[in-house]
Amino acid sequence: MSAFDFLLQGLGTAADPMMLLYALIGVTLGTAVGVLPGIGPALTVALLLPVTYRLDPAGSLIMFAGIYYGGMYGGSTTSILLNTPGESASIITALEGNKMARKGRGGPALATAAIGSFIAGLIATLLLAFLAPWIVKVALVFGPREYFALMVLAFVTVSAAFGDSALRGLTSLFLGLALACVGIDQLTGQARLSFGVPELLDGIEVTTMAVAMFALGEALFIAGQRDQAEDEVTAVKGSVWMSRRDWARSWKPWLRGTVIGFPIGAMPAGGAEIGTFLSYATEKRLTRHPEEFGDGAIEGVAGPEAANNASAAGTLVPLLTLGLPTSATAAIMLAGFQQFGLQPGPLLFATNPTLVWGLIASLLIANAMLLVLNLPLIGLWVKLLTVPKPWLYAGILLFATLGTIGANPSSFELGMLLGFGVLGYVMRLFGYPIAPIVVGLILGPMAEQQLRRALAISQGDWTTLVQSPIAATLLAIAALALIVPLILRARGKGEMLSQLAGEED
Amino acid sequence: MSGNRHEPQRRRDMAALAIAAGLLVAGAVMLWDSARLADLGGYSGVGPASVPRVVGFALIGLAVWTAIEALRGDFPQRPAQNIPPVLWIVAGLALQLVLLHLTGFSIATGILFAFTARAFGKRNLAMTIPIGIVFAFAVWAVFSQLLMLHLPAGPLEHLVFPRG
Repeated sequence: MSAFDFLLQGLGTAADPMMLLYALIGVTLGTAVGVLPGIGPALTVALLLPVTYRLDPAGSLIMFAGIYYGGMYGGSTTSILLNTPGESASIITALEGNKMARKGRGGPALATAAIGSFIAGLIATLLLAFLAPWIVKVALVFGPREYFALMVLAFVTVSAAFGDSALRGLTSLFLGLALACVGIDQLTGQARLSFGVPELLDGIEVTTMAVAMFALGEALFIAGQRDQAEDEVTAVKGSVWMSRRDWARSWKPWLRGTVIGFPIGAMPAGGAEIGTFLSYATEKRLTRHPEEFGDGAIEGVAGPEAANNASAAGTLVPLLTLGLPTSATAAIMLAGFQQFGLQPGPLLFATNPTLVWGLIASLLIANAMLLVLNLPLIGLWVKLLTVPKPWLYAGILLFATLGTIGANPSSFELGMLLGFGVLGYVMRLFGYPIAPIVVGLILGPMAEQQLRRALAISQGDWTTLVQSPIAATLLAIAALALIVPLILRARGKGEMLSQLAGEED
Repeated sequence: MSGNRHEPQRRRDMAALAIAAGLLVAGAVMLWDSARLADLGGYSGVGPASVPRVVGFALIGLAVWTAIEALRGDFPQRPAQNIPPVLWIVAGLALQLVLLHLTGFSIATGILFAFTARAFGKRNLAMTIPIGIVFAFAVWAVFSQLLMLHLPAGPLEHLVFPRG
């Protein structure tokens, strides 16, 4: 069967009323957390993991994917109206979007963001559907050493390639890898780093750590900031519809943003924001209205918003076909799959095609729902922005602890939550990126297992790791991704890299 | 932590040195623990202790690197921090941890709610604690009764739902 037939079948699964409900809950929650500053899709999925433990796997995963897509839509609203990005992938949107809102063109800015997101999401999801079977075919020949090389590449790109300091990225990554060692060794059953504490034998719970790092760490950091000026919401004046001229100036940036965002999301490079930066730079160079850039150019909203949605779909390519997360949200979604005993990767397409294709198809439906939620109903989301900070953060902390208590109501688990929360605060304070520690904790055990399998097959011969051309190429790219940025920074060209800093979403 | 912000750039950064020391300790603990494991390498020659050992050495290496950057004053400046709100949230979380199994979810979490709100400027605890408890109780009712999550019940929960 071709990808097209599978997709049609998947649409059949996704059109089930229960699945539609899950998708609707997902996109609504996703838009809400995208709109609210301080919480992003990674955190929301982490919070929901314990809650969905008893629900239907397919439905829960559809909901998670809806949250991811929704977060990308919702973030633009905050950027445009508040000048505070709701999540990291919308930072660029604030540049031109908020200027437009101040000039009374908030409506068209929101519209070009939403329609651009829809078009990018549609094209990118179709690309995902048609690329996935092809990558699965390639991935079926992957053995342990290729997977190990792939994970090394992910480790390097998430931690060291972007951001302002290789030192801090690597430190964050190795802290995650150290935490990943805690618990019973998967191959020999020996207890590692558990210091006789029975609770540690199961290892460190990914959700506890992710919730602590994202929710607690962020809340503590915001609470500690000296100037807590109230943010000002720019009201949407006039029509939300775009004029003919707006359309003419938007459609090319939408398509270019999609083309830029999709491959960047699919590469193990840590997040959707990088595509938005590149898209913005491209639009700025190609525009016929350079004088408007920095003063509310619609291209500067259309391109990046399309790019961040396309990256979200792009991220799902390696996640579903290889089991490799390339952003923090994808890493948490991987934990979601594992919670249901599913391992994403080429085998999942063979063993559970209904679920995979249902998930992909439901993204198309979710995307359409999001367009409706974000254009006619925009006024509702704007109201969310007026929730006062004390209640907002008090609620976030309530739900953050609820998730942990619901998964495991022990004082020990809550103690770990508090400990990691403080660690997340200190890391933010000193400019350590958060994504590497989470990716290290999740991918660490998998990388170790693949490495030991590869070496067991070769009977301890380390050269096996570079004897397969695919593995050797991947490791070479990883080495380049580690070394080239170090040289660039040493020559004082690190500024561009720090602008591309991979943040939490 | 934020005391040396206004001093010249190239100065020893004590906070960053403390981080280096912490990394050193973490690396040493990894090595100490892996030394204790029987390394059953088997065919691969790579046993349960190998990866922790590598990570341990890497952490020690990063500690040295951090120390060098700290001594050269290469760490970025920190945003000035207002410590009391941070402590209010930490205190709220700690109280929730202690009270959870004594008073049940609603009261413990209500206190966390109120303390967090205080950290962000709602100072009147006499008002926020009751609001927090009512809100936490509503959440408890939805999640434990409808979604079947195991959330510890206390006197308040038993009063309304005798079967808990």
